[in-house]
Amino acid sequence: MRFYRLLLRLYPASFRAEYGDEMCAVFAARRREVNPIALWADAITDVIINAVRVHLSLLQDDLRWAARVLWKSPGFTLTAVLVASLGMGATTAAFTLVDHVLLRPLPFPHPEQLVTLNEIERDGSFEPATPPGFDDWRAMNTSFSSVGAYIGASLPMNLSGGGEPLRPNVIVASADVFKTLEIGPVAGRPLTADDDRDDSSPVALLSTPLANALFGNPTAAIGRTIRLDGRPRDIVGVMPATFVFPFRDADVWIPRRTWGSSRSNHMLGVVARLRPGVSLDQARADMNVVAAQLERAYPKENAGVGIGIQRIRDRMSPRTRMLPLAVLGAAFCLTLIGCTNLASLLFARATGRRQEMAVRVAVGASRERIARQLLTESFVLAITGGVIGLLLAVVVTPWLTRMVPEGLPIGAVPEIDWRVFAFAGALTLVTTIAFGVGPALRLSRGVDLSWLRTRSADGGRSTRLRAALVLSEVIGTVVLLVAAGLLLKAMWRVQAVDTGFRPEGVLTLKTVLPISAPAASRQTFYSRVLADARALPGVTSAAYITFVPMTFASGNFVVTVPGALTEAQAHTRFVTPDFFQTLGIPMLRGRDLDERDDQPTSPPVVVIGRSLADRLWPLQDAIGQTMTLAEVDWQVVGVVGDVAVHGLEQVAIPQAYFPASKVPPGLSFYAPKDLVVRTSGSPIALAPALRRIVHAIDPEQSVSDVRTLEDVVGAQTASRRVQFTVLAAFAAVAVLLAAVGIYGLLSFAVSMRTREVGVRMALGAGRRDVLTMFLRQGIVLGSAGIIIGAPLAYAAGRGMTSLLFGVTPGDPVIYGAAALLAILMTLGGSVRPAFRAASVDPVIAIQSE
Amino acid sequence: MDDVAQLLPLPPVTFHILLALADEDRHGYAIIKEVSLRTRGELTLSAGTLYRSIHRMLEQGLVVELRERPAPEEDDERRRYYQITKFGIEAAKAESRRLEQLVKLARQSGFAPGRA
Repeated sequence: MRFYRLLLRLYPASFRAEYGDEMCAVFAARRREVNPIALWADAITDVIINAVRVHLSLLQDDLRWAARVLWKSPGFTLTAVLVASLGMGATTAAFTLVDHVLLRPLPFPHPEQLVTLNEIERDGSFEPATPPGFDDWRAMNTSFSSVGAYIGASLPMNLSGGGEPLRPNVIVASADVFKTLEIGPVAGRPLTADDDRDDSSPVALLSTPLANALFGNPTAAIGRTIRLDGRPRDIVGVMPATFVFPFRDADVWIPRRTWGSSRSNHMLGVVARLRPGVSLDQARADMNVVAAQLERAYPKENAGVGIGIQRIRDRMSPRTRMLPLAVLGAAFCLTLIGCTNLASLLFARATGRRQEMAVRVAVGASRERIARQLLTESFVLAITGGVIGLLLAVVVTPWLTRMVPEGLPIGAVPEIDWRVFAFAGALTLVTTIAFGVGPALRLSRGVDLSWLRTRSADGGRSTRLRAALVLSEVIGTVVLLVAAGLLLKAMWRVQAVDTGFRPEGVLTLKTVLPISAPAASRQTFYSRVLADARALPGVTSAAYITFVPMTFASGNFVVTVPGALTEAQAHTRFVTPDFFQTLGIPMLRGRDLDERDDQPTSPPVVVIGRSLADRLWPLQDAIGQTMTLAEVDWQVVGVVGDVAVHGLEQVAIPQAYFPASKVPPGLSFYAPKDLVVRTSGSPIALAPALRRIVHAIDPEQSVSDVRTLEDVVGAQTASRRVQFTVLAAFAAVAVLLAAVGIYGLLSFAVSMRTREVGVRMALGAGRRDVLTMFLRQGIVLGSAGIIIGAPLAYAAGRGMTSLLFGVTPGDPVIYGAAALLAILMTLGGSVRPAFRAASVDPVIAIQSE
Repeated sequence: MDDVAQLLPLPPVTFHILLALADEDRHGYAIIKEVSLRTRGELTLSAGTLYRSIHRMLEQGLVVELRERPAPEEDDERRRYYQITKFGIEAAKAESRRLEQLVKLARQSGFAPGRA
C-alpha cells in the first residue's frame, strides 16, 4: 500500500489531493480479488500512463491560460521576450563557436591519436621540420603507425585549362598525410606512395568546391587534366567538402617530389598518428631518444635541437583558445543580467497580480496549481525567447568566422546542428528555472486571502529582493564594461606598434611566376613591370619582394658567419632595388641594393636589418662583413631598420634582404612575387593601370591579392576589432538592461511609497528632499555594484591576460571609465522615477489610500 | 442544453461511467465493478483511467460529487459518491442516439444484422 502511495506521487499534487485516497481505496478493494502480480502490473502501467495524461492535460490548460494572459499585456511580453532572446541568442552563438573550436572532435577517425611534430630549436622556438629530419623521424620512431609531411604553406598557383585563369591554393603533401588522417576521397583514389616518386606521372587531388566549380561535380573531375603553373596534371581524386587540411584555404593537393637534403630548411609540417595504446608521453620519450640520436649523428646542425609533439587539437595559441571562452563568458554574463531582469520583471508583475491570485485561491485553486501556472507562463516566455534566440544565433554565426583559429583543420563557419539545438534547449530550461521559479514559488507560497481586501501590502521584502537582483545586474555590467575597456585599450596598443615601415600610399599585388621560370626571364619580367609602373603618374617608387611583410611567416633560415661560431635565424627575402625606399624602411648605414649587384659577375651582397647586424656582429660594424646562406657568402652592404614582419603581435625574426637576381637554386620558391608601388595619390586607384601593365607584358600572367599596404596592416587587428565589437555590444546591451532594471525597481518603489512621500511632504519635506531620497537609493545601488563588480572584473581581466597584449588587468583609467559609465547608467535609470516621486501631490497621495 | 453537441462523440469510458451511474449513485470502486459487470468483464477500468475521466466529467458537469452520503453504516469515510446530472443524462441520451444512427447506417450497408 505504501508503495502504491509512492506511485501516486507521479500524479500532479492537485490531482493526488483530490483522488489519492479514493484510488488507494480502489486499489485496496482490488487487492482482495486479483492475484498480486497482475495487480501490480496493472497498477504500475495504469499510474504511469494516466499520470502522464493528467500532466499533459494540465499543461494544455496552463499553456492556454498563459498565452491569454501574456497576450493581454503585450508591453511586458515584448520586453521579456526581447530580453530572453538577446541573452539566449548571444549565448547560443558563443556556444556554437566554443563547440566548433574547442569541443567537437576533429573531423578525422580517432582524432585523439593525431599529433603534429615540430623541431624545437636551441632558443626554445618551434620550427617546421626539415626534409631529412622528417625522413629520419619517420624511419626511427616506434610510436606512430603513420607519419606524413606537407610543405608548411599553401602555394597559390596559376590554374589554366578552362575559362578564367584561377589561383587555387596548392598543398604539396606526401602520400602518408592521407594515410595518417585516414580520410579518403569522395571520388577517385587518394595519393599513394607511387605518386611520391620523382618519375611518376604528375597528378592532383581537388577539393570538392574546386571540382564543382571546374567540372560540375566530383565524379566528373576524375581523369580530367588541369594545368598548374603551366604543368599538366591528371586529377585522380576529389576530397570531401569537410576535408580542410592542413589549411582552410587548401584547394588542390599534389604529391611531393624530392625535398632536398638541407638540415636548415625548415619547411615541412608533419602530422602523425599514434599507434593504438601509445600515449602522448610515451611518444615524447620515444622522440627524445630520436632527437638525441640525430644530435649525435649531425652535431653541427642538430646540436640542442629537440622534437615537439602536440595534439592537433592543441595546435593553437592560448590567445586563440581564450577568445571563444571570453565570448562565451561575456554572453553568459549577458544572459545572467537578462535573467535577473526577467525575474525582476516577473516579481513586479506577480506583486501586481496578488489580487488575481487571491481570487483564484478563494475559488479553490491549490498553491501547487498556481505555481505551475506561473511557471508555465515563464516557460512560454523562455521558449519564445529561445526560438528567437536560436534564429539570432543562426544569423550571427557566419559572422564569427574571424574567431575560428586558422591553424585548426576545421571549417571556417561553425556548424549548427543538434548539439547547438540541445544547448539552446537546455539553456531555455535553465533560464525558465532561473527567472521563473523564484517569483512563482514566492507568490504561490505567500498567497493570502487578506490580499483580497487591501491593494498594497508589504512592499519591503519584495523591494529588497528586487534591489538584490538589480545589484547583480550592475555588477555584471561593470564586469562587461571593464572587459570591453581592456580589450579596447589592448587594440589601441596593438595598433600603435611600430611596423618599421610606412604603409600609407603603397599598393601591393601578387604576380607569381612559375617556380620553374629561368632567372633571366624573371629579371626581364620584373624590370619591365617596374619600369612601366614607375612611369605612371603619381608613382614615386616601385619594387618587388618575395612576400610583403606580415603576409607569410616562413622563409627563416640559419645564416652563419664564416670563420666564426656566430649564427642566427634570418627572415630571408629577395628584393629588387628601391624596395626600402618604396616601403619607407629607413636605411641606417651603407647603401641600398642596386643594378651593379645584378650583374652575373658582381659579388653577392645583402642588406640586413639592425637586429641581425647586432646579433651577428655585436661589437663591430656590420658593413663589409660576410655571412653564409645556402652555401654562398654574402657581403653586407647596408643596414636597415627592423620590420614587424610577423605582424603586430609577434616577435619578428631578424631580417635579411638579398638581391632578386641572385636567388640560390634551392630557394627558388622565395623568388619575388609581390609588387609594391608607392604613389603620392590614392594607391587603390593605381590597380587598373598596374593590371594593364602586367597584361601587356604577359597576357597569361595572373594578378591577385591587390590591396593597399594599409589593408595588410589593418588585417592584423581585424580579429581584435571583432573581439572588441562583440564585447562592446554585450556591454552596451548590459548597460541598457541594467538601466531598465534600476528604472523598474525605483518606479516600483515610488509607487509603493507614494503615501509615505505624501506624508513626508505634508510634514514639510521639500521636493528636493524627496528627489534626493530616491536618487540616493539609485546611487547606493550603483556604487555597491561598482564596489563588488570591480574585483570580479579584475578576476575576469586576469583570466584573459593572453588577449590583453600587455595591458594590465587593473588599469585604473579603464576602471574609472567603467565606474563613470555605471554611475551615469544608474542616474539614467533613476531620474524619471525620482522626479515622479517629487511631483507627488501630498493631498491626493494621502487621500488615495 | 446546447452544449451537449459539443461533447459528442463521448469517449467510451465516459459513456460507460454515465451508464453505470444511471440507476444509482456510486463510489469509484462500485463504478468499476458495475462497468465490468455490464460489459461481462470486457472492460475493467483502472483507478487512474476512472478518476481522470471523473475529473473531466466533473468539469464538464456530467456528474456531481455527492455532499450527502448514504446511511453511515454503509459508508466508508473516504469514499466519494458520484451522481449523474441532468446534463449528464442528456449527454448519454444524445450519445445513444448518435450510436443508433450509426448502427442504422451500418445495417443499410449490410455490416450489421437486422433490417435496414
